Amino acid sequence: MKVAGIATLIVFVAGVGTAFWLGRRSFPGKSVIESLFLLPLVLPPTVVGFGLLVLFGKNGWIGRLLAEWFDVQVVFTWIGAVIASVVVSFPLMYQAAAAAFQTLDEKLEQAARTMGASEWRVFWTISFPLAWPGILAGLVLSFARALGEFGATLMIAGYIPGKTDTLPIAIYFAAEAGQMEKATIWAVIIVALGFSAMMWLNWWGRKNMRRFSRRDE
Amino acid sequence: MLAVTIQKKLPYFQLDVDFTVQKEIVVLFGPSGAGKTTILNSVAGLIQPDSGTIRLNDTIFFETGQKPLPTRKRKLGYLFQDYALFPHMTVEKNILYGVKKEREAVSSAFVVQLLTVLGIRHLLPKYPHQISGGEKQRVALARALAGKPELLLLDEPLSALDAKTRQQCQDELLELHRLWQIPVLLVTHDEKEAEKLGNRILTINQGKIVDK
Repeated sequence: MKVAGIATLIVFVAGVGTAFWLGRRSFPGKSVIESLFLLPLVLPPTVVGFGLLVLFGKNGWIGRLLAEWFDVQVVFTWIGAVIASVVVSFPLMYQAAAAAFQTLDEKLEQAARTMGASEWRVFWTISFPLAWPGILAGLVLSFARALGEFGATLMIAGYIPGKTDTLPIAIYFAAEAGQMEKATIWAVIIVALGFSAMMWLNWWGRKNMRRFSRRDE
Repeated sequence: MLAVTIQKKLPYFQLDVDFTVQKEIVVLFGPSGAGKTTILNSVAGLIQPDSGTIRLNDTIFFETGQKPLPTRKRKLGYLFQDYALFPHMTVEKNILYGVKKEREAVSSAFVVQLLTVLGIRHLLPKYPHQISGGEKQRVALARALAGKPELLLLDEPLSALDAKTRQQCQDELLELHRLWQIPVLLVTHDEKEAEKLGNRILTINQGKIVDK
């Protein structure tokens, strides 16, 4: 839970930021960057996990930098689990945010500019609130994805009880060890969390549709 | 005084105009796709011309080879063709969006006067989707004027209204201009409207002024 929460927070800021920034620009190589962002969505989680292991491992270049400068080790810690969750859930957030910004009427932002608003103010008072329903959908999906992340997390964070045991991994090892009761409880928790997230998302989506299409004339 | 001399290459023709606006209403009149809105957007700084000069009194908006003045520093009011009201804000928030906080107390008398002339005070707590087309148009006009602009740009402001409301709005517009003498640049393809509102009419075709 903690892992998924932190991961979602990071993904939220990074996803919304990059989506907004990239959405307004076109430059050669943009589609390459976008494809790269979306890659974790189509790759097997083990490939993502393996890639992260290579990058963040003791001999990986990011891993070595972190160890030398901050004395931080990522592999087989909960930070590793966060990184894995961020990487696999980022594409969902990015896509949702990019789509939300794309449907935005550019005229509204221009209108705000003609009234003396700075780019910062335009973003916080116009672009972000209007894109919010779409962004929120991405946020919920990202959280659900981060919560359910298994493959990449197992590769980079392993399974150390009390340290890196995220729910899905705990379920796997509980079932493996024949502790079916334990596995059932955790599985039910995950199903309940996922179900309520989707229910809430649907409800919120319908509420918002009503708000913007209602005509009280 | 607004002085505009700009050139810009457009897909089907070259835009090349040269005109000035005193404290009067100048109408840009012409068929759709003649480049009228492009001129307005250039003055607003939403797009940049290829070359030329745009100047309001002593402030240079655009000059070939120099960095253009950002839109937000041009002190203008722009009424968009489809109003571009912020759908997630009340009428009140929409109108006060361009009013700076520290000046709010001073200008509120001004805003009240504006609301009274346009007859939209009762709409303040409503959202844009709850009001009619004519009311939207008045709200958008109030919003464009609330920041006390030094220049007003109107893009087909009355095109979406029925004949009666349109007449009313034209009268209100003339009344407001009498109250606050600023340069106004108005785009329309309705000849009657051009004649009624404009102190001067510039007929635009294929990006050139063909008749003054």
